[in-house]
Amino acid sequence: MGEYIIEMLNITKTFPGIVANDNITLKLKKGEIHALLGENGAGKSTLMSILFGLYQPDSGEIRKNGKPVKINNPNDANDLGIGMVHQHFKLVDIFTVLENIILGVEPNKMGIIQKDEARKKVLELSEKYGLKVDPDAYVEDITVGMQQRVEILKMLYRDNEILIFDEPTAVLTPQEIRELLQIMRGFAREGKSILFITHKLNEIMEVADRCTVLRKGKCIGTVNVKDTTKEELSRMMVGRDISFKVDKKESKPGEVVLSVRNLNVVSKSHGKNLVKDVSFNVRAGEIVCIAGIDGNGQREIVNAITGLERPTSGTITLCGHDITKASIRERSIRGISHIPEDRHKHGLVLDYKLEENLVLQRYWQPEFQNKGFIKFDAVRKYAERLIDKFDIRSGQGPITITRSMSGGNQQKAIIAREIDKEHELLIAVQPTRGLDVGAIEYVHKQLVATRDAGKAVLLVSLELDEVMDVSDRILVIYEGEIVGELDPKTTTLEELGLYMSGAKRDNAKEINDGREE
Amino acid sequence: MEGKNSFYNDNKLNIKKLMKSGVLSSFLSALVAVLLGLIFGFVIMLIALPANALIGFKHIILGGLKRIGDVFYYATPILMTGLSVGFANKMGLFNIGASGQYTMGMYFALYVGFMWDLPDGIHWVVACLAGFVGGMLWGAIPGIFKAFLNVNEVITSIMFNYIGMYLVDMFIQGNSAMYVSDKTRTQYLPAEVQMPSLGIPNSNVHLGIILAILIGILLYIVLQKTTFGYELKATGFNRFASEYAGMKGKRNIILTMAIAGGLSGLGGAFGILAPSGIAGSSMTYEPINIIAPAGFNGIAVALLGNSHPIGIIFSAIFISYIQRGGTLASLAGYKPEIIDIVIAVIIYFSAFTSLILEFISKLFGKGRKNKKTLVDNEIKEAE
Repeated sequence: MGEYIIEMLNITKTFPGIVANDNITLKLKKGEIHALLGENGAGKSTLMSILFGLYQPDSGEIRKNGKPVKINNPNDANDLGIGMVHQHFKLVDIFTVLENIILGVEPNKMGIIQKDEARKKVLELSEKYGLKVDPDAYVEDITVGMQQRVEILKMLYRDNEILIFDEPTAVLTPQEIRELLQIMRGFAREGKSILFITHKLNEIMEVADRCTVLRKGKCIGTVNVKDTTKEELSRMMVGRDISFKVDKKESKPGEVVLSVRNLNVVSKSHGKNLVKDVSFNVRAGEIVCIAGIDGNGQREIVNAITGLERPTSGTITLCGHDITKASIRERSIRGISHIPEDRHKHGLVLDYKLEENLVLQRYWQPEFQNKGFIKFDAVRKYAERLIDKFDIRSGQGPITITRSMSGGNQQKAIIAREIDKEHELLIAVQPTRGLDVGAIEYVHKQLVATRDAGKAVLLVSLELDEVMDVSDRILVIYEGEIVGELDPKTTTLEELGLYMSGAKRDNAKEINDGREE
Repeated sequence: MEGKNSFYNDNKLNIKKLMKSGVLSSFLSALVAVLLGLIFGFVIMLIALPANALIGFKHIILGGLKRIGDVFYYATPILMTGLSVGFANKMGLFNIGASGQYTMGMYFALYVGFMWDLPDGIHWVVACLAGFVGGMLWGAIPGIFKAFLNVNEVITSIMFNYIGMYLVDMFIQGNSAMYVSDKTRTQYLPAEVQMPSLGIPNSNVHLGIILAILIGILLYIVLQKTTFGYELKATGFNRFASEYAGMKGKRNIILTMAIAGGLSGLGGAFGILAPSGIAGSSMTYEPINIIAPAGFNGIAVALLGNSHPIGIIFSAIFISYIQRGGTLASLAGYKPEIIDIVIAVIIYFSAFTSLILEFISKLFGKGRKNKKTLVDNEIKEAE
């Protein structure tokens, strides 16, 4: 019986054209938090899907407590005590929290569900582990953080002792992340074993006991977290040194490019002020970051500037032109480039070819059309140039269907399109969300390069490291108001956190005056 | 050895290229749907009247060949409504109102035919254009509702089927110049308003089919080559991205629905202005409160043609072909409804396009994988 509760030995899994897992061995000790680290496409999810019974390995063996087991489907995995929180939650939106938790294992007497019994057990579990949920709320009405707690309760309700978390922090705010890591530590103390898939090094350093690193389907090694460093881990993951500090010179702010004055946005659905009297400037040659916890009005400010939504009142001026009521196309012509928050929803037509997406903002310009007919050879040439310049990788170059590309390369395509387009102001909303370390480094370099080319950059980010490293000036937003203006060189993460949580604020008047010159 | 490898690679690339273009795969899936539908139809014929099944089936398969003129004649209106439904579908709109637009187009054409006094050469042309305008109007209204009030176009266009049909019936019954009340049908149209016949014996096939095919090709060019087509497809695939890119979504919705309506309306004009084989008569319309079936057939045509204008040309001709064969099957003692069942089954299977596509790509995928391992083995041997 060794100390290992789960052993995955020499697992190999191939898909047509790719070896997703190449002879990987992963051993999970009882009661540990074991991180599985790797870039997008390194084979983490495949390996976990094998453990969860979604895929069968081509070769290799899985053992539980030293005994070989065969996991043909998720039910087998469940019987072995293996539970998984998927990256994209698998919940029924129109069911309540309680109904979702008991789904598939409903306690019943002759076919009649015994909800009270279930509710008691769920409330006990929720109490015990500090997983606050409302059992009668509908899943479609609750926050992403609470949905995740429902997924965790699902595992606990089934008495799972091996818990797989697939990139659980990707969708959470910093506060929720802290809570989650706390909860995971609690599980480990209880003797549950945790597999934690992530590519965020800070979280591994904070919570994990050991870490196995995958790269391009191969196992690079397993290390004790306390004997290693972030730099070491990232070298193992990417295969080269990654600089965490963004390399940039002092900014030289020039003319005001974007000026927002007394912006107010009132919610159509509940009449609340989502943005309250916000004023700020962004100058040429500087990166201004709007920092804040998700849902504090960032989206509404960006939508008002880009034209996706009309503000209730206030003015927006771009290079001296009032664009408050301009159409989206006019703003684009006047020099706004926009890297949207949701690249699948807004940024790309996924069923279009890469080349068609690369001209999404410019297809109507004389360079690409003549009397209403698209010049496809010009589009092709342009796409090839961007692909080359921005190192966008895809299966078939310009004619690749965008849906089939990796997330990182889809983001590169958007960045290429928005940066190469004539612009004075680049608005980047969470431009590194869901990207791996290498891609994040790339995006940050591009933002700084845009700034150095004399453009104004407005960055909206939830990642505190990104806020501190990339920006030249930080505006903190809390409940729709700008509550502070900070200099990343002199401020600390703690101070930033205080502003973000509303615990500290400067006089709004002062902030505005400070910027007015 | 090297030559062999490159042979495999070339082969692989060609199949891949064709599959990627999507044309081959949609064609194959339509073909599989057609085959399955025919097999199913044959089974039903076997059950209904076993002794005559073979001869009846032969009528269905080959019957259309004997009436090739009629195949194209009956294909004309459903080709137009098919293009209408398919075109709207490219923008993600479901134009279930083709029937109403068809009826409106027909009424406008009739009105110009009876009420306007125009020179011989251009009378039918103006009547066709009027049909286009009538359909456009009936398509644009659901479009406006969709664009400005976000009312689902399916609901409005279904309602507009009824509103259009009752309105037209009312107008026609109230107009003595157009209506013969004791025969409950419209008057015979003067010959100069009728479309020029193509002169194929025993058939009313007319210039409309050629115009319809040309319009199909024109739509293909619009969709593939123009900025309007680019915007339209982008909106159909992802409304949010098209808005983000500054496309005028509302204008495009109305324009698309108006064009789709116009196409159906033109179909209605082509239908009612068709020449008659008997001198001194013409096509007539009976205002008996029935929704024009051409609109719903258009949905079937568009589905089978995968909303692709060129595909729709072929699917309209095919459906018309098999319908002609179906009427002949009655010679072997079968009810003509049997062919409706066969068509329904074909459409049913073509709705499974994605499943069938997956099946096909699996077939090809397997072949490819085998080839790959073969090549790999050869490389290994070489090493």
